[in-house]
Amino acid sequence: MSAREEVLHRIRRATKDVTEPDPVVDVPVDWAYGRPLGTEDVIADFVEKVEDYKAAVRRCAPDRAADTIVEALQALDTKSIVVPAGFPEPWVTALSEAGFTLHSDDPQLTHAELNAIDAVVTTAAVGMADSGTIALDHGEGQGRRALTLLPDRHICVVHEYQVVSDVPEGIARLAPGLRERRPVTWLSGGSATSDIELSRVEGVHGPRHLSVVLVAD
Amino acid sequence: MNASPHVALFATCITDTMKPSVPIATVKLLERLGCRVSYPERQTCCGQIMTNTGYWDEAVPTVRNYVRSFEDYDYIVAPSGSCVGSVREQHPMLARHAGDAGLERDATAAASRTYELSEFLVDVLGVTDVGAYFPHRVTYHPPCHSVRIAKVGDRPLRLLREVRGIDLIDLPKAEECCGFGGTFSVKNPDVSIAMASDKARHVRTTGAEYLVAGDHACLMNIGGVLHRGRSGVKTIHLAEILAATEEDAR
Amino acid sequence: MNRRTPEPGSWLGIPEFPRAAKASLQDAEQRKNLTHATTTIRAKRVVRASEVPEWEELRTAAAQIKDRVARHLEQYLLQAEEAMTAAGVTVHWARDAADANRIVADIAKAKGVDEVVKIKSMVTQEIDLNEYLEAEGIAAWETDLAELIVQLGHDLPSHILVPAIHRNRSEVREIFKEEMGRYGRPAPEPISDEPSELAEAARLHLREKFLRSKMAVSGGNFIVADTGTLVIVESEGNGRMCLTLPETLVSVVGIEKVLPTLEDLEVFLKLLPRSSTGERMNPYTSMWTGVTPGDGPQDLHVVLLDNGRTNVLADPDGRAALRCIRCSACLNICPVYERVGGHAYGSPYPGPIGAILGPQLRGMGDANTRALPFASTLCGACNDVCPVRIPFTDILVHLRHKAVEHKTAKHPTGEQLLMKGAGWVMKDGRNLASVQLGTRFAGRVLRGKSLGPMPIPLASRWLQARDVEAPPTQTFRQWWKDEHEGGAK
Repeated sequence: MSAREEVLHRIRRATKDVTEPDPVVDVPVDWAYGRPLGTEDVIADFVEKVEDYKAAVRRCAPDRAADTIVEALQALDTKSIVVPAGFPEPWVTALSEAGFTLHSDDPQLTHAELNAIDAVVTTAAVGMADSGTIALDHGEGQGRRALTLLPDRHICVVHEYQVVSDVPEGIARLAPGLRERRPVTWLSGGSATSDIELSRVEGVHGPRHLSVVLVAD
Repeated sequence: MNASPHVALFATCITDTMKPSVPIATVKLLERLGCRVSYPERQTCCGQIMTNTGYWDEAVPTVRNYVRSFEDYDYIVAPSGSCVGSVREQHPMLARHAGDAGLERDATAAASRTYELSEFLVDVLGVTDVGAYFPHRVTYHPPCHSVRIAKVGDRPLRLLREVRGIDLIDLPKAEECCGFGGTFSVKNPDVSIAMASDKARHVRTTGAEYLVAGDHACLMNIGGVLHRGRSGVKTIHLAEILAATEEDAR
Repeated sequence: MNRRTPEPGSWLGIPEFPRAAKASLQDAEQRKNLTHATTTIRAKRVVRASEVPEWEELRTAAAQIKDRVARHLEQYLLQAEEAMTAAGVTVHWARDAADANRIVADIAKAKGVDEVVKIKSMVTQEIDLNEYLEAEGIAAWETDLAELIVQLGHDLPSHILVPAIHRNRSEVREIFKEEMGRYGRPAPEPISDEPSELAEAARLHLREKFLRSKMAVSGGNFIVADTGTLVIVESEGNGRMCLTLPETLVSVVGIEKVLPTLEDLEVFLKLLPRSSTGERMNPYTSMWTGVTPGDGPQDLHVVLLDNGRTNVLADPDGRAALRCIRCSACLNICPVYERVGGHAYGSPYPGPIGAILGPQLRGMGDANTRALPFASTLCGACNDVCPVRIPFTDILVHLRHKAVEHKTAKHPTGEQLLMKGAGWVMKDGRNLASVQLGTRFAGRVLRGKSLGPMPIPLASRWLQARDVEAPPTQTFRQWWKDEHEGGAK
């Protein structure tokens, strides 16, 4: 018997007490999926929770977005930036005019090259207020996963219309992309560890600085 | 509920044998509050010493005996959250283990009529002021099984707060187990002692004269350490404080 | 041949729980570290759980979803296998540790790699993958900070979430100073014991390994059956490094880790971080569904591992242990774990979950495993914090019964005679009354004196630290008789 057949055989034997074939009938789940929280001000909650992770949040009007991104980068003492494909053109122009050295990922940069670049700027897919989480689905403007991993600073542009109250709504928004087999990365603040005496240290392997630019609708 | 409910006292084997002042106080308290109290002499024990040590076959007869002892009573009251927890959670399970559906039905029914003392006072009699008087500094340890198995909640504290003359002090890390755990204290004596010693230390920091709890087993454990350490802190069961009156104090 | 990775400690020399616990209790430094750590994390968990108004509903839903999966595991596993295969993942099945270890080593050899980077994973601890790979000439590098501390310290993990919880900052500093240079980039000189400096040393030490490694090994928190999506939650970003940079990724995942749908993630991603690290959300969560061209590993493998899980599944009274999502809330709240630490449990799964999972995964064959269900006061604190509502105390008592059946199967034991005696006493009030004649007699002899230390078997274990009041000369039963002539009404 192959390992597969044997494991499946053991499972069948172990669950022979189960007589109802339909799992949904056999074990009902008392939970209403996809519910929003009754948060009064979702955006304020998002800002508070993201800042609670010690990530910087800058709020701006749409016409101030480019300048705010530049400010965020300057605050992090950045010189070189990787810009993913699909990052809005006017913002790229502003970055270029501000004097940053811009790198494109086409053709793909090597890991060593990415590791030597100071920062990455991206857009995002969803923001989840209650947990202060930003989800990337690595689509247009977000780049492949390594781009938001190896550079030490990540400036992430989120639009207010992308922010939902909580995880269930967030999952619902991400589900279509996941079903298309897009990779998804959730960021809640920067990299952190509590492995030594449970004392929280911000910044281990991932980008040590996460800076969020929240653009009003 | 009629005006003078008829209550069967489940004295529990440990206080019946080792600390009769606890069931005696329970009887006095319940009678003072207008209950008619009976003590079915057939009764023994909840059986958890056997059950929790893994000897289920040996525990099944105690379930049968419990069911028969108390079959005629609407209210079964015990001054122990642990024993009540065992009656509620383990008796039906033991009956299933014995493959006795009739016993399971009877055990479930008996369990539903079984109350820990503070539950009976607060929920059935509807009193928190039981007319007690105890002019001492007291700290309360919530026994794990009272809180997490019998789920008596803050009823003991609500009763204690109404006791006249009492000076009730919060116990640090009150919710943490005292380390008794039945046969745990014998099978893992070193861990048990470490836990009991920590609990005793917390008790001493309160400066209380008395440590009170609703389970004699915890009091025996913590009190044993307090006594060995010549701390001077005495242990007392919840029933004993609630039974105490100004007349007793004179 | 010389070893390539630090030689770890061994579970084999650890004695039965009561003796191992005694030794741990005498380690004052470790007790201090553990008390500090568990106290800190308990407080954080309470705050984060109480922020969620529907916390109890979430726990119920999580238990139901996990039960649904367990009871229909074949269906969900086949669905997950089909979805993963369709997404370009090579799915392997492993009956046991030997199968799984061989599969991982064979993939490494086929790829021609002699080292792998690893994401912290309980399942690869369980199967002792690192030592298997070491014997095959393949170096496995732990990249989680706590796992790195354990690996470089020639140590064993003592906690599910924070395997180096028994170490304090100055011990970590010594380990890094001493060992890092032997296995790669040395710790910077000078280095203090500030956690931020130590984390920076780990960042630098591991960065070169991340950048050069061609293969990574992970576990997995969840596999979504309907899409074939794997999910890993983590904090440091070492997981993302392993999941993103190497060309080949092998994920070894227990068969119980399947969830039916993507939507079910909402329940677990709300519960897990709050229960585990006491955060609203862990810093990073990675989800991937097969191969994404031009992004991340292009050769993905998943090893579905049984290794005793079907034994757990086969026991309807113990099955709920498979709900576990490895959050470690039960360890952090456990008063026994807090004082003893993880090593005394003799396996990578310590604390209450180890006490119910170990005996079910490994069977009751050896005395060390049989001792585990007794390593609890049954205080029930674990029941209340468990995000998937595992009824720990019920399962502990159930396993005690099984341990007793195992022990007494061939010949009776002394304990069994004691319990049979107790059973006889307690089956009728008359029997108890006759025994009470004895306690009353003892009470008359002792005349109210307390009992102190004395060399009586069993009793001495109690009396070594506690005094006991002498039994009273009058039992309640007798008092009642005297008060109410005629006995029960």
